[in-house]
Amino acid sequence: MKVLVAVKRVIDYNVKVRAKADGSDVDLNNVKMAINPFCEIAVEEAVRLREAGVASEVIVVSVGAKQCQEQIRTALALGADRGVHVETEGAVEPLVVAKLLKGVVDKEGPQLVILGKQSIDGDNNQTGQMLGALANMPQGTFASEIAVDGDKVNVTREVDAGMQTISLNLPAIVTADLRLNEPRYASLPNIMKAKKKPLDVFTPSDLGVEVTSHITQLRVEPPAERQAGIIVESVEQLVDKLKNEAKVIS
Amino acid sequence: MSTLVIAEHDNSSLKPATLSTVAAAQALGADIDILVAGGNCAAVADQAAAIAGIGKVLLADNAAYEHQLAENVSLLIADVAASYDNILSPDTSNGKNTMPRVAALLDVGQISDIIAVESADTFKRPVYAGNVIATVQSADAKKVITVRSTGFDPAAGDGGSAAIEAVDAVHDAGISAFVSEEVAVSDRPELTAASVVISGGRGMQNGENFKMLEGIADKLGAAIGASRAAVDAGFVPNDMQVGQTGKIVAPDLYIAVGISGAIQHLAGMKDSKVIVAINKDEDAPIFQVADYGLVADLFDALPELDAAL
Repeated sequence: MKVLVAVKRVIDYNVKVRAKADGSDVDLNNVKMAINPFCEIAVEEAVRLREAGVASEVIVVSVGAKQCQEQIRTALALGADRGVHVETEGAVEPLVVAKLLKGVVDKEGPQLVILGKQSIDGDNNQTGQMLGALANMPQGTFASEIAVDGDKVNVTREVDAGMQTISLNLPAIVTADLRLNEPRYASLPNIMKAKKKPLDVFTPSDLGVEVTSHITQLRVEPPAERQAGIIVESVEQLVDKLKNEAKVIS
Repeated sequence: MSTLVIAEHDNSSLKPATLSTVAAAQALGADIDILVAGGNCAAVADQAAAIAGIGKVLLADNAAYEHQLAENVSLLIADVAASYDNILSPDTSNGKNTMPRVAALLDVGQISDIIAVESADTFKRPVYAGNVIATVQSADAKKVITVRSTGFDPAAGDGGSAAIEAVDAVHDAGISAFVSEEVAVSDRPELTAASVVISGGRGMQNGENFKMLEGIADKLGAAIGASRAAVDAGFVPNDMQVGQTGKIVAPDLYIAVGISGAIQHLAGMKDSKVIVAINKDEDAPIFQVADYGLVADLFDALPELDAAL
């Protein structure tokens, strides 16, 4: 079966982002960009499925400006077979990304679509679920384990109360949580090989999707700063401060 | 204008996150109804009806909704949403799972994780792990929103007596099924609702050592949390994780023990009223957000703290 994996180009997770002084947007000048960590886990899971003989082909797709082909190549170096780039101008909202991915799903007919559960820039946690609704596929979000079994997939999910396991009819959507796997590092030979793997480019109109805007970012600002605290010398002093100064324990 | 709030519950009790979402709905200024979708969940509807200022409670009580399968519940909500301008859910794992499907079915954008209502169409929400607060405006006539509970003081859970109306429509997509669940059972308060939280990190060294937090938690009536590092290392289960992608908490007192303070962890707790950090590394970033820092070996400090309380 074919597995489709969606990846997003985002700011590297080690970089601390700041709002621009004029509040118009975050400052992304000369900032290191990378594949979204949850998307990397999604790629790893798909590659493992192919290595285990469950998947026959792993296709990686990214939606965004030309530069996101770098992240597609990263995924190809991790073991995906071929890439699809849906080229858009600037940032695209999750609903539109989901519609574009639906277009790719219709073209490719994957049995399983794996995405990251959220991207670490917008922290929206929407795209996989939206794609599920648009494609009328069931979803296993926040997955920590998946097991394909015939025409179904069992997904164990990290939920507020603990763990939940559900059974989904294929084709299905899975969104990866942190503990689904630990992604490998790409080897140098695989990075070289990835450059020669096929990569098709589509526009939204090729997929019959109109790029619309539903939500406008008016401004950004830094969060309220915490006032600097103090270092206490002992547990005794700590307890005294909590009782008599902060008054949070009695 | 009218607003529909989706109740968070476990089929027997209404979760506090619902009350924070009602508070966000009140800030929108419209009439508020509550939808309780579940299986054998009539008791939850009774609790929802007691929330002050609610118009009515819609009760969709059917086996198809018992385990909150997103495929089924999203069809129900999208159907009920026809009569509402705003659809609000807590940003619990159920809300995060279901609401984007609802938004896509309604062909509208979703505004995730709001922490403030600026006007009927403008909201504040944290992005980039809370390092930036964005103000966003929705152009959709129907708004699908998830609410971060720590952003809103809970509405009063009593004093109301709303009517309960049954929703008979059954939406069973038939493409997913519940298999099993492992639910952590604890007598302690729920992590996201506790007024005191004590969390352990990689410095705890193993799961056994988390027992050292229990005596302190019992004395303070605290919930016990953990950093991602402690969960990844297998010390404790995932439902204890506090952080950007775990649970967001804002208790009166947060005690971080053996936690270095990665931005992803800070994103989950830095709105706590008072933060205490205990760490032997004086350069640990957690001290930059702590009101009271104690540079000490936690294996010395925890027994002392337990004895001092």
